[in-house]
Amino acid sequence: MAKSIAQEFTKGLWKEIAPFRLVLGLCPVLGVTTSMKNGIGMGLATTFVLLCSNILVSLLRKVIPSKVRIACYIIIIASFVIVVEQMLQAYAYDIYKSLGVFIPLIVVNCIVLGRAEAFASKNGVVPSMADGLGIGIGFTCSLAALGAVREILGTGALQGDIFGYLPYHLSNIFGASYEPFVFAIQAPGAFICLGLMLCMMNLVPSK
Amino acid sequence: MGEMIKMVVVLTVLSVISGGGLKWIEEFAKPKIEVQVLENVKGPAIREILAGASNDPVESRFRIEDGEKEHTVFVGAFDGKATTVVLESEGRGYGGLIGLLVAVNVEQEQLLGISVTTHTETPGLGAQAKDNPAFAAQFKGKPIGQPFKITNDGGDINALSGATITSRAVMDATNQALAFYDKFKPQLVEEMQRAVK
Repeated sequence: MAKSIAQEFTKGLWKEIAPFRLVLGLCPVLGVTTSMKNGIGMGLATTFVLLCSNILVSLLRKVIPSKVRIACYIIIIASFVIVVEQMLQAYAYDIYKSLGVFIPLIVVNCIVLGRAEAFASKNGVVPSMADGLGIGIGFTCSLAALGAVREILGTGALQGDIFGYLPYHLSNIFGASYEPFVFAIQAPGAFICLGLMLCMMNLVPSK
Repeated sequence: MGEMIKMVVVLTVLSVISGGGLKWIEEFAKPKIEVQVLENVKGPAIREILAGASNDPVESRFRIEDGEKEHTVFVGAFDGKATTVVLESEGRGYGGLIGLLVAVNVEQEQLLGISVTTHTETPGLGAQAKDNPAFAAQFKGKPIGQPFKITNDGGDINALSGATITSRAVMDATNQALAFYDKFKPQLVEEMQRAVK
């Protein structure tokens, strides 16, 4: 492998940022980004699963027979998803409630399985960790950015916290007379905001 | 053949480790989740059923052991007098277990109300059991003498349209709670006075 660990990490942040560059894993991207808080929560949950499953898959890559590899990956991924679900329920109940069914759906998120199959099963533990972390953080940033755009357009404000820490609060970003553009936080608004963001990303040439 | 055995062994070992690990996680998280559910879901629901109570029903609670199972009972007092117990029960709905709270007025032997707490029913159909207050309102003030049934089964509760299984599960859970109430009535009456004081 010619690429360095740092390259494996940073590719997930821009060049292969999953929802925007690869247009993968769009179900949670469209579903939970009604606010920045939800987006960050979902992103971090996915990052945890991605990191853990990448580590385990890469550790076990010589043991897992290739014919049943997908079944093995799903067992590993599903186990970590249940861990995340239980922990969110125990420590961050409001996030758990607002993400709802999207937490169990991380199991079938194609980014997680995709990284296990395309990267972790062919590379060592350290590059796999870097890869999982990079893709995960890239995914979190995408969700947070889309969530922020929709929340600002839809409510004219931005507020929340990250798992009870780092509260942020910005009110009346466009001035008090701003009429909330509720469309942006409804489902069709997700598609349009995502489309506009994709378009802007494409204006920046990828190297 | 060797490959076959390897596949079976690897899958089995992985599943066993995963199952065992998750059991451990569940044991670890269970008490914390219970506290969260009590605070975020059941608490508001209990206070809503017992609107106007002079005590805090979530604070005035006690436990009753029924064989191996332990039940939590919440007590509602009105004008300083403990009259109502809120029992928890579960019914098997379409998408999993439905948690139900059943409030029984002990003096008048009638239901004060029911409320669905946790569920995984289909949004728009089964989830109406929680989201549509008209469904639960049917139980208000009903005498508890006989088991509750939906109209399809010869009872007098209108089922949620498109969600018969969910409706039956709620009936089932209500009847279970009432069976528990009948079984432990003397103990409940005694403990509820103590819990409020």
